[in-house]
Amino acid sequence: MLTAIDWTIMIVYFAFVLGIGVALKRSTKTSSDFFLAGRSIPAWVCGLAFISANLGAQEVIGMGASGAKYGIATSHFYWIGAIPAMVFVGVFMMPFYYGSRARSVPEYLRLRFDEKTRGFNAISFATMTVFSSGISMYAMAKLIQTLHVFDAPFEKLGLPLSWVFHAGILVAAAVVLAYIFLGGLSSAIYNEVVQFFLIVAGFLPLVWLGLRNVGGWSGLKATLDASYTHSWIGMGSAHTNRLGVEWFGLAMGLGFVLSFGYWCTDFLVVQRAMAADSMSAARRTPLIAAFPKMLFPVLVILPGLIAIALPTQSTSTVAAVSNTAVAAPAGTGLIPAKLDADTGRPVRDSQGRVQLDYDLAIPNMLLHYFPTGILGLGLTALLASFMSGMAGNVTAFNTVWTYDIYQSYINPKATDQHYLWMGRMATVFGIALSIAAAYMASRFNNIMDMLQLVFAFVNAPLFATFLLGMFWKRTTGHGAFTGLLAGTTSAALHHALTLPAGAAPGVKGGWLATLHLYPSEMAQNFWTAIFAWSACFIVTILVSLATRPHEESRLAGLVYSLTERPKSHDLSWYQRPEILAVVALAIALVLNVIFM
Amino acid sequence: MRIDIRLPLGLLFMVFGLLLSGFGLVSDKGLYQRSLQVNINLWWGLVMLAFGTAMLTLGRRSHRRLSADEPGAASQTKSTSAPE
Repeated sequence: MLTAIDWTIMIVYFAFVLGIGVALKRSTKTSSDFFLAGRSIPAWVCGLAFISANLGAQEVIGMGASGAKYGIATSHFYWIGAIPAMVFVGVFMMPFYYGSRARSVPEYLRLRFDEKTRGFNAISFATMTVFSSGISMYAMAKLIQTLHVFDAPFEKLGLPLSWVFHAGILVAAAVVLAYIFLGGLSSAIYNEVVQFFLIVAGFLPLVWLGLRNVGGWSGLKATLDASYTHSWIGMGSAHTNRLGVEWFGLAMGLGFVLSFGYWCTDFLVVQRAMAADSMSAARRTPLIAAFPKMLFPVLVILPGLIAIALPTQSTSTVAAVSNTAVAAPAGTGLIPAKLDADTGRPVRDSQGRVQLDYDLAIPNMLLHYFPTGILGLGLTALLASFMSGMAGNVTAFNTVWTYDIYQSYINPKATDQHYLWMGRMATVFGIALSIAAAYMASRFNNIMDMLQLVFAFVNAPLFATFLLGMFWKRTTGHGAFTGLLAGTTSAALHHALTLPAGAAPGVKGGWLATLHLYPSEMAQNFWTAIFAWSACFIVTILVSLATRPHEESRLAGLVYSLTERPKSHDLSWYQRPEILAVVALAIALVLNVIFM
Repeated sequence: MRIDIRLPLGLLFMVFGLLLSGFGLVSDKGLYQRSLQVNINLWWGLVMLAFGTAMLTLGRRSHRRLSADEPGAASQTKSTSAPE
């Protein structure tokens, strides 16, 4: 169903992406150029890269899927999740990240605490980035295969259709490899800015057409049950809303622990701000990012809602059932029933209801509304989002590998040129490992689920460590390290002792005993995070009080009370972090009220 | 920063805009049944063309201003003057 115009658009885009890499190669001369973009990027560019690095497969496809499943309540991930956390990292934490001249988040941990805390963070983070980029690569290739839009050239060449999957993985990997290998972080950031605009350009007309079709937001409200179109109604109890979480678990687990943990400590996003050309630009990076970020629910959640609100398609133009003789039961709206990968039969829950394949919400919207031409643009936007997410992981990986693992533990005294070379090599083997992880995900789904679980345990307590490290000078290295271990352990324990309703004990939880039953998996996740954070917070304080404090002279620039406040009164009002922060929070509040 | 990102970005959107709107002009009307009878290629192509032109103009203007400020340093477009 794709024609020459669609292919032209895709090819122009790929050529352009590689062109950026080639153009930036000349100016990538030192390791600092490669890993930190020479700390020379203006704030608005860093800001757009900051959100784009996070706009990977999980974000675009996952948020559309959640929109269709949970409704507008998915916006909590933005309006009480991401926005306050982005404001916090810009106003309060960036002075330490940028001001300490640390080259990575793990390096900040070494400056503030000690070697073991850095090592723990660096190694777990590096492993995690490789696996998450592999998992998103797998998701992308799987999706491309399901959509059947790229089948024609393979059929023409007489290649089996399973090659669409391999080609998807290899092409995406090769393109990302090429542009990062050549231009490093600058190249990734430039491409992320372009990817940002491309995603907007591809999805905005989709939302416009969809809304026109269903009669706007009021039309959606008239078609759908109120639980889809109100984000706060029924949040008093976990049993009266679609998320299956009560307000406290939502606010603490998602709004505080998980969102702050991600946006304030994950080097993948923080790295974009560290590339800024000045302290004030670094602080503005997440704040500038907050404005487009809070409008993203329109682009990624609304299509999911529209997809579920449309009349169920009988003669389907969209991807649904493939290569199967079993007559599939109808889905809902544009969303087909989920089929078991082995038997080709629809998956049913414990009450015998057919499960829907929500991940197809956004792709099916594209296929439903877009004629050839703009369909090429829409698919390019989708591919761009996959690549930006992957590039984010790869640039974070090569930096942490080179500075925090290779330079720290393997070869500390090499020349700068050697580290630049190592960064390029790390890009190559980072991507090779991601490809291996992608194939592992296609073979052993359970192993991947388990790995993601372990990463979640390691990540959950992190924000407590940073919060105490930056704002309480008495925190010690031993305290931080023991706290992290305690947090990770209690996350694992909490998971081992609780279970979401309807799940069997195992990878979903309850593998030691089932002491508590949560109404949904989301509630269990949020509470795992709350327990991990609290354990880390308390243990870090107790152990810090029992161990010898760091000398204060060593902590200047790393801790709030021993660091001069960055001055911002000589900036124009629209450049001052405090003002941007207040405006961003006010708009987020208004959005919460409008969609309450 | 060595190149103002708005230059390549503007160029790419202009190319996409021209491709889409050009295709929208010559393509068959029947194509637009799925997009609710809206010639989405033509209209969205024009929007992208306008956006691309605006980016290119802004990028070139700041490039020229910087070259005028620092004679002989035209290649060093450290665009600190980008609007934020």
